[in-house]
Amino acid sequence: MNSTTVAALKPAATRSPYLAVVWAVPIAVLLGILPFVFDQYRTIQLAYGLIFAIAGLGFNILLGYTGLLSFGHSAYFGVGAYTAAFMVKYMHTGSMELFLLGTIVASLLVTSLFGYVCVRYTKIFFSILTLALSQVLWSLAFKFFWVTGGTDGLRVPTPKLLGMSLGEGEDKIYFLSHAYYYYVLALFIICVGVMWLIVHSPFGKALQAIRDNETRARFVGIRIRRYRFIAFLVSGVFTGIAGALWVPLNGLTTPDILYWPFSGEIVFMSVLGGFRNFTGPIVGAVVYNYLKDFAVGFTVYWQAFMGVVLVVLVLALPTGIVGTAKVLAEMARRRFAR
Amino acid sequence: MTALLQTTKLTKHFGDTHAVDKVDFTIGEGEVLALIGSNGAGKTSLVNLCSGLYPPDSGTIHFRGEDITKQTVQNRISSGIARSFQVVNLFDDLTVLDNVALSIFSREKMTRRLFTLADRQEAVWTEARDILRQFGLEVKSDQRAGGIAQGERKLLDVAVSYALKPQLLFLDEPTSGVSTREKAPIMDVISSIVRSQRITAVVIEHDMDIIFKYSDRIVVMHQGVVLASGSPEEIRNNETVKDAVFGPTHA
Repeated sequence: MNSTTVAALKPAATRSPYLAVVWAVPIAVLLGILPFVFDQYRTIQLAYGLIFAIAGLGFNILLGYTGLLSFGHSAYFGVGAYTAAFMVKYMHTGSMELFLLGTIVASLLVTSLFGYVCVRYTKIFFSILTLALSQVLWSLAFKFFWVTGGTDGLRVPTPKLLGMSLGEGEDKIYFLSHAYYYYVLALFIICVGVMWLIVHSPFGKALQAIRDNETRARFVGIRIRRYRFIAFLVSGVFTGIAGALWVPLNGLTTPDILYWPFSGEIVFMSVLGGFRNFTGPIVGAVVYNYLKDFAVGFTVYWQAFMGVVLVVLVLALPTGIVGTAKVLAEMARRRFAR
Repeated sequence: MTALLQTTKLTKHFGDTHAVDKVDFTIGEGEVLALIGSNGAGKTSLVNLCSGLYPPDSGTIHFRGEDITKQTVQNRISSGIARSFQVVNLFDDLTVLDNVALSIFSREKMTRRLFTLADRQEAVWTEARDILRQFGLEVKSDQRAGGIAQGERKLLDVAVSYALKPQLLFLDEPTSGVSTREKAPIMDVISSIVRSQRITAVVIEHDMDIIFKYSDRIVVMHQGVVLASGSPEEIRNNETVKDAVFGPTHA
């Protein structure tokens, strides 16, 4: 067989990591430049978007790659946020790296427990179970106010980044829109890289096989429940990391972050961007964040506005922003190829 | 001939239906055995029990002398048992090449790896392409498995199982749902691969021309029990089989 034929036999879309790097580097550079272009408010909004994108990546390994729709991801986001808050309150630490380490451990513990129960089920049963379990955490945060601060929440002051704290007299907003933004951006790039590797690994292929046809996956020797469980852990840890990064930016965590509407927002972000694409939840999270910000400023009925957007989206762009962009790009390519 | 798989009084009931009823069934190493019978005879149920899709109510299954009755599907696959399905079971959103590669990744226990690029495993892709070439599907490699013709899907279903390197391969109606014209070419490909690789195969099939042409031995099932077993010639001339399976018009 000659080399041309062999090349033709390779599925083109995913065979080269270099192609991904060609796309990723200019975007990373652009994200690095934006704080110099945007005002501080817009930069902080972008930091929120990147954090939600990490949560979206975590969510999408379950929905897009394993075929499991979770309505309980607010729980894992909240675990990250509350872990950081508890570390401040009870361990008197302000190190962001320790927050992240603590979050990874706490997320693994909680997702192990929840995942053990949830991955035994699929479809609506899985969704309802994840929703119910997230509400258990919400009610704990709500009721155990002497530990969690109840509805007042817990404050998280500006953390130390890489052992360095905010300088005396330094503006907190400036810190958040510069040093902290770059910290978030670095974590975002690491998370994207790690998740890209996972979904393009043999393990990622096995998840897609489970999503497509569980019976067949079983009969090529894949242990369905075990793989779903690992995907659940990965998903929870990514979402937890997002929660830990979010809380210093927000300055406070309350039980609202554990409440089910926030799980719905994570689903919304993924649907908006397109959950059958790797980049869909990333684009969806950033766009959703700006869209919500715009809607809140535009009308007091912003929830209704967002609802209309979701309905239009599902009807008009079922493959999301990225999915639609890919279809349009393909159409344009064919047109110019004639 | 050494027995590769042996069932003893294997039983499975679904409510009042005796799908498989105290079946003693033996497959010799290297045989191509056809399992025939009318609809509801218990053929697919027997294969489902042997492959681990569901557990028996009673009885035992031995594979290479080892009791596998309570083993999981995955352990049976590791032992060397694979199967294809009556209704094609593929990963429709993945490419044809990915479908076969997944079996190889799983067989080599590589699906446990989270931080290795699948596309960098050249040995796997080379083997997957080689298998597709054997099945005449190499030109379909990049297409979605859900987008190829029914006959090709049937072959791919077998190729996915074959990629597990089984010693015993159950083929549940490998030519069902394809045109009469396509049946013989599909069976030619499967038969040549199975025989050249010395794989023991159990074929469930309704087309008697195919059965008589490709099998070494035929086991006839009727209402959950084994009615007869013998060479194609013996089965062709068996009056009980003629009445029970082929009906009076065949007699």
